[in-house]
Amino acid sequence: MQLLFDSVTADYQLGPIRSPRVLRSIDMNLKSGSFTAVIGHTGSGKSSLLKAMNGLLIPTDGQIKIGDTVIKAGKNKRSLKKIRKQVGMVFQFPESQLFAETVEQDICFGPLNFGVPLIKAKKMARDVLIQVGLDPIILTKSPFSLSGGQKRRVAIAGILAMQPEVLVLDEPGAGLDPAGKKEILSLIASWHHEKKLTTVLVTHDMDDVATYADDVIIMNEGQIVMHGDKRSIFSEEKELKKWHVDVPDARRFQLRIEQETGVILPQVCLTVEELAEALIEVNLA
Amino acid sequence: MKPIVKVKNLTFKYDKRIEEETLSDLSFTVNQGEWLAVIGHNGSGKSTLAKLLVGLLEPEEGSICIAGLNVNDTMNRNGRSHIGLVFQNPENQFIGTTVEDDVAFGLENINMPYEEMVKRIGKALKLVDMYEFRSHDPSRLSGGQKQRVAIAGMLALKPSLIILDEALVMLDPKSRRELLSTLQHLIKTENITVISITHDMNEAASADRIMILEKGRIVKSGSPSLIFEEQLDLQPPFAERLKRELITRGGEFPENYMTEEEMVRRLCNYCLIV
Repeated sequence: MQLLFDSVTADYQLGPIRSPRVLRSIDMNLKSGSFTAVIGHTGSGKSSLLKAMNGLLIPTDGQIKIGDTVIKAGKNKRSLKKIRKQVGMVFQFPESQLFAETVEQDICFGPLNFGVPLIKAKKMARDVLIQVGLDPIILTKSPFSLSGGQKRRVAIAGILAMQPEVLVLDEPGAGLDPAGKKEILSLIASWHHEKKLTTVLVTHDMDDVATYADDVIIMNEGQIVMHGDKRSIFSEEKELKKWHVDVPDARRFQLRIEQETGVILPQVCLTVEELAEALIEVNLA
Repeated sequence: MKPIVKVKNLTFKYDKRIEEETLSDLSFTVNQGEWLAVIGHNGSGKSTLAKLLVGLLEPEEGSICIAGLNVNDTMNRNGRSHIGLVFQNPENQFIGTTVEDDVAFGLENINMPYEEMVKRIGKALKLVDMYEFRSHDPSRLSGGQKQRVAIAGMLALKPSLIILDEALVMLDPKSRRELLSTLQHLIKTENITVISITHDMNEAASADRIMILEKGRIVKSGSPSLIFEEQLDLQPPFAERLKRELITRGGEFPENYMTEEEMVRRLCNYCLIV
């Protein structure tokens, strides 16, 4: 499913008080089946951009097209129901959205609301729970008795159970141990490929960007300042520095070696494997 | 070096009906001015340990002494005043309507004079680079900004022991490095002790000592180089990872742990020989 932003401007309104514009005339085109990472300094508007994709933040100006549904100011919020099913959103600390008495009820909540019969919803709950790497035994447990990493998985399972076509994730790995984080992200990546989803991932970890994403969006003060293929983005150090964006560890190390030895490696390396290969290729190791 | 934190035979479980303990028979000490990184899988009891250390939970058995005072002694409530805790999710601790108010909350509670309070709030907010946002509503800030405010609220109280429960996880890598070096500088100059619960191996590698928790027990404790050498299942910092990758591709490198500096120097030397 394609996501098209046409000069979208948005802010948060709380009674008469308006926040400064959090999104400023954003033009963006995410192709169907793309895996895009959104990065940027804290407060640059990453989370707001995601909310706009799910109709949680309605543009004050411009319009958003998701598949064939249009979101724009003044539109009836009821018409957004379709989008809520198509665009699955995993918030920061998704475990805080758990509420039901049992894990099963929690995962079934979404599908039931979208009209899936109970028996089918229960089966789906069981399936997705296995897919996120949890034992179906916990279906009858309270979600609040689980550990942080398990809660996170249950929350993500709840989103996957709705079978969205677009998956939007706001730092799904934050607060998980490295192994747990890798598991969650690999799971998302395999879902992305299998179900041909359009995936958008906000992360601070450049190594995750390097490993999982294809494209990169860099945000600064509510605007998209760079958007492109990850390797070309990470090769522009000067630009990146301007936006206070880091490069993946491998690239950082590569730059340091290149500077100290004067030897330029044949390609922009984004992972440890690529860097090891390149170092051997130029006889540095 | 004198120990500021003394934990003896600490045992705890949330649900008394089940056998398994969240923390079982934990004993360790932390010296004044030391930076201790606590690592371990999700569910290994790290956050529980943090809550016990500040007295938010009561141990079932064992004792926790901080600066000579027992944390769970209800007679001396001041015992907690020199401990600062920052939670993983900053949402858990906001109460003020503006950033300034929020940072002021802790200070108001200890009856600090107004002038001193203003000074401390300004200083703390500048340390975390949130001074410009002082009149903003904290609930409207981004995740990383909230986390900075939470840290400022803790710094304003000038604690002698800081406990960070993955308090830097929402920050972008650059801000994380900056804040980390600010904190590291602060603890050196003011002789503060830090217990940092973290999943970030780069952060752990820069600590004085690493302690690994597994299923509520301490499985290992030692200097970062020792830990990364012996615990091969642990994801090491990048330089060490690169070294291992090169070894599998037939490169000749020493077995012991290498820091980034050592790794760069070695690759440069190699370049000179060739």
